[in-house]
Amino acid sequence: MNNVFVYCELEGTKVAEVSQELLTKGRKLANTLGVQLEAVAAGSGITGKVESQILPYGVDKLHIFDAEGLSPYTSKPHTAVLVNLFKQEQPQICLMGADVVGRDLGPRVSSALHSGLTADCTALEIGSHEDKRTGKTYENLLYQIRPAFGGNIVATIVNPENRPQMATVRSGVMKAEVLDPNYKGEVIVEDVAKFVPETEYVTRVLDRHVQAAKNNLKGAPIIVAGGYGVGSKEGFDQLYELAKVLHAEVGASRAAVDAGFADHDLQIGQTGVTVRPKVYIACGISGAIQHVAGMKESGIIISINSDENAPINQIADYVITGTVEEVVPKLIKYYKQNSK
Amino acid sequence: MELKIVVLAKQVPDTRNVGPDAMTPEGTVNRSALPAIFNPEDLNALEQALRLKDEFLGTTVHVLTMGPGRAAEVIREAMYRGADGGYLLTDRAFAGADTLATSYALATAIKHVCPQVDLIIGGRQAIDGDTAQVGPQVAEKLGLNQVTYTEEILSVKDGKITVVRHIDGGVETVESALPLVLTVNGSAAPCRPRNVKRVMKFKRALAPLELPQGQTYEDLPYADQYGKKQYLRIQQLTTADVNADLQQCGLAGSPTKVKAVENIVFKAKESKVLTGSDEDINGLVQELLASHTIG
Repeated sequence: MNNVFVYCELEGTKVAEVSQELLTKGRKLANTLGVQLEAVAAGSGITGKVESQILPYGVDKLHIFDAEGLSPYTSKPHTAVLVNLFKQEQPQICLMGADVVGRDLGPRVSSALHSGLTADCTALEIGSHEDKRTGKTYENLLYQIRPAFGGNIVATIVNPENRPQMATVRSGVMKAEVLDPNYKGEVIVEDVAKFVPETEYVTRVLDRHVQAAKNNLKGAPIIVAGGYGVGSKEGFDQLYELAKVLHAEVGASRAAVDAGFADHDLQIGQTGVTVRPKVYIACGISGAIQHVAGMKESGIIISINSDENAPINQIADYVITGTVEEVVPKLIKYYKQNSK
Repeated sequence: MELKIVVLAKQVPDTRNVGPDAMTPEGTVNRSALPAIFNPEDLNALEQALRLKDEFLGTTVHVLTMGPGRAAEVIREAMYRGADGGYLLTDRAFAGADTLATSYALATAIKHVCPQVDLIIGGRQAIDGDTAQVGPQVAEKLGLNQVTYTEEILSVKDGKITVVRHIDGGVETVESALPLVLTVNGSAAPCRPRNVKRVMKFKRALAPLELPQGQTYEDLPYADQYGKKQYLRIQQLTTADVNADLQQCGLAGSPTKVKAVENIVFKAKESKVLTGSDEDINGLVQELLASHTIG
């Protein structure tokens, strides 16, 4: 009872990376609280296939829901799984990924259980809280820390009275670490019909196309990222050229994506991907907080900007004052010359 | 087929232009310090609703918004673009609501104004919170199914709707029975512009809270118009009007509390400043290669 739960998202029988990142975080939170870590996996044909992707992160109990209608994901059956399981198990914390599935499912579950949910957290900690109006102090609450208001501030949110305390976290924000490859956790294959009434299967998925990610931004050692200052879709061509010679990946800021210069899946920042490459080359990126939040932990940051006062320059190791179209071809030229 | 559609829309502070006085000391948004706009994705939602209105004669589209008097602006804007009318849900008791208390208020209002609703359509998320929670929470409160991240409505037929939606790394086509809650992505079709004739028709539409202090519609310069044309009176709803449980509204009904708010200050690094000259770039590349940072 009152354990930490992580909802594990599946594509077929593969557990999403974000779920493994959350299991790692969940294990740490459970240790701090002195409780167990439990995981939930719902899909079809998953028994025997997901355990080894979940238990090694330090999961004490895994609840498997294996039934035909649970894959692909649809809103109501998965909601019923969590709502009915949580009524029975009374978790104190529930974490899920802040992607399409988690952001579809989390709010429904919180609404059904009347519990608080904080979206897109960038940090989770345990601490106390004093309600200034009632004078009541709460111990061991989950601090749900998230950028708010377009990324201009960081807010710490708590749910003093309602359980579970729910939070979603984006992929890449936390780090996945196997605790013990042979970690002994209990596996419970639940009777799905007891949790999900037949009437909940109301969405029919007629057609579904999922492509493997076209880029590897999260794992790239070098990223060449373009902002509004790149000027055009064509302007991104030279970034691709630089990326090619450096064996780097190309990313983009929200402004560049909104302007149509780059695809949405290249977006780096609070509402995109969080990255930590060894080298981050920011081309024509001013450095809105919501972008910086997704790349500030990069090893070396090189900023190319015609505005010497661009905010991103403050966190850059190298500031090159010049236009993207002037500087990038020179980088390509001198890299080719010097690396021979 | 006549559909009854409710569009959920929010007036939001334009978070793209934020100044230092944007937050109150209590950690809530100081809305008066920022320009207020129609939440962008709610306009995409409105367009999907108006397309159904174009297709199915007799379909009605009403906008529901929660906020202070000036939020009636989004109802007028929606009417200029094709909506039939709207409701302003407004009460001091709604203040300080988190997403759960907001969705309780909206769900309660929908039950009151449109109990036979076929479709509830809203933007995926609002730019002041970016949570994407209110749509699904309203759906759950009403016991309705939901489709989030909608890109396009393909068809509505025999009480069923077919929708293309975004999923991580792809797209999905789904079918569900009505009634349903849909949330629409910003990448969906943009909303049609204002229609000049509709602007002329609705420009004097006002909610009671927008009237000058102490005045009624009868005191206004075009008082006779407000008597003849009921659509110029934007309907206002309070907690009492929709029979809302005060314990579930506003701050009292919000499980989440803001413990602290901080402005973000990134630690400035000591940067090496270069020009775009050939010597500088060549020097930088050599330095990075020598330290095995690149290459």
